[in-house]
Amino acid sequence: MAEVESAKSTGVSKEAPVSPRGDPRLGRGARIEVTDGALIPGRGEKATFSAWRISFFGALALLVGLFLFKPHPYRDIMLFLPDGILKTFEVTVMSIACALIIGLFAGLGRISRVRIINRIATIYVEVIRGIPLLVQIFYIYYALGKLIQVPDILAAVIAMAVCYGAYLGEIFRAGIQSIHKGQMEAAIALGLTRGQALRRIILPQTVRVVLPPLGNEFIALLKDSSLVSILAVSDLLRRGREYASKTFDYFEAFTVVALVYLVMTLFFSRLVALMEERMNQRGR
Amino acid sequence: MADRVRIVNACKYFGKVVALRNASLSVKPGEVVLVIGPSGSGKSTMLRCINRLEHLSSGEIWVDEDKVTDHASDIRKIREEVGMVFQSFNLFPHLTALENITLAPRVVKKISDTDARDLGRKLLARVGLSEKETVFPEQLSGGQQQRVAIARALAMSPKVMLFDEPTSALDPEMIKEVLDVMVELAKEGMTMLVVSHEMGFARAAAHTVVFMDNGEIIERGPPEAVFAAPKEERTQRFLKHIL
Repeated sequence: MAEVESAKSTGVSKEAPVSPRGDPRLGRGARIEVTDGALIPGRGEKATFSAWRISFFGALALLVGLFLFKPHPYRDIMLFLPDGILKTFEVTVMSIACALIIGLFAGLGRISRVRIINRIATIYVEVIRGIPLLVQIFYIYYALGKLIQVPDILAAVIAMAVCYGAYLGEIFRAGIQSIHKGQMEAAIALGLTRGQALRRIILPQTVRVVLPPLGNEFIALLKDSSLVSILAVSDLLRRGREYASKTFDYFEAFTVVALVYLVMTLFFSRLVALMEERMNQRGR
Repeated sequence: MADRVRIVNACKYFGKVVALRNASLSVKPGEVVLVIGPSGSGKSTMLRCINRLEHLSSGEIWVDEDKVTDHASDIRKIREEVGMVFQSFNLFPHLTALENITLAPRVVKKISDTDARDLGRKLLARVGLSEKETVFPEQLSGGQQQRVAIARALAMSPKVMLFDEPTSALDPEMIKEVLDVMVELAKEGMTMLVVSHEMGFARAAAHTVVFMDNGEIIERGPPEAVFAAPKEERTQRFLKHIL
């Protein structure tokens, strides 16, 4: 089995290694393993799955318990936060949607045979991966501010999308390259153009390979979206801070914020695992 | 009769490695050519140059009136007419057996879904896999996968079929079912170039045997002649190993 490292864990190094796949006849020997971020609990992995259950239901129970038995201040905090949760989702979903588009083009650009396109895509990936996300968010926010006035939330989304586009681009690239080259050959030998082969043969197989790491990046982005609280976007973290600065219940506020983040990320990691199982059942 | 495939002074280098040295070969319509030779002798490379999966370094290749090696000619049109079967099958794992066959007719020839399905079913029946229509490649045996791959290539109604070691990746008990399909195809008059060491196929269907070594075509002739009384010393030595 080939292992493709997560784009993120390789930092600014040039290539995520893609080793030759297992059995080329099956066309699905590759699996992308992600080393950072939440574990994705498939039912097959018993230990991880039960750890997931304990954390998820433990965090939920803790939230409910605090809500019921320690209403002051926890009930007030929990009633204060939902706006922030919605904002966090808004930023995350919009960012990942834009990042997927940017990432797909970046990934295709990275494997393009046209030199100039390849070069541009590679430089984009190298530059973005070399700058911390928080710095990028500040930078894009103020750089945009010099040109046009955009709402804070839009600036945040653009910054997140530009950053994550680079990471997703590497995942797409590794995913596409993990498809055995015989697939492209078989397709063009039948008279398909490279574009048709890419769309009908390579990308559908890539989706299955990249889904777990993409899900992981989504969850990582959900967590990183807390950085946008710096830009006056009232996300979950910022709502927590707003509450705490009024009441000085810092410990209590951040306890709830942390638990809510945990419940969300664990929920999504299970969802990603379910999607993966589904795809694996259908049409292998 | 005009040649269906004509290879003239073909040379192919991979860096410093010479894969083909001045190989010339012509194949008549309906002729079945078996290409044998040690591994690394350029057999597969020659085949892969015919539909330009590899580019020749020098020389010319023609398929009927179309010059494959001319960059101005429409290589996709040529590829439609040249079917290829690979050693590793290369079926599309995300598509069913039927979808594997119908994809190219639908996408390239733009025939309707219903027509494509009828065509696909006919071809599956022809390779004896009618009941496998909705099955994905992974659930098929190697022999069955290769038969689907043959049907997939036939779906474009090619004028020539190229077989690149079609049985090398198969377990022995599955070789026959694939060879049977190929012999059937040969009897129906398909022009075929087959890289293989299957003597059973040579006896049953081949009109011509070509022996290659070190990128060169050393000897060619009817199978009886080449196998029974090879003229060249290198051919004799090679045949001693495989017979």
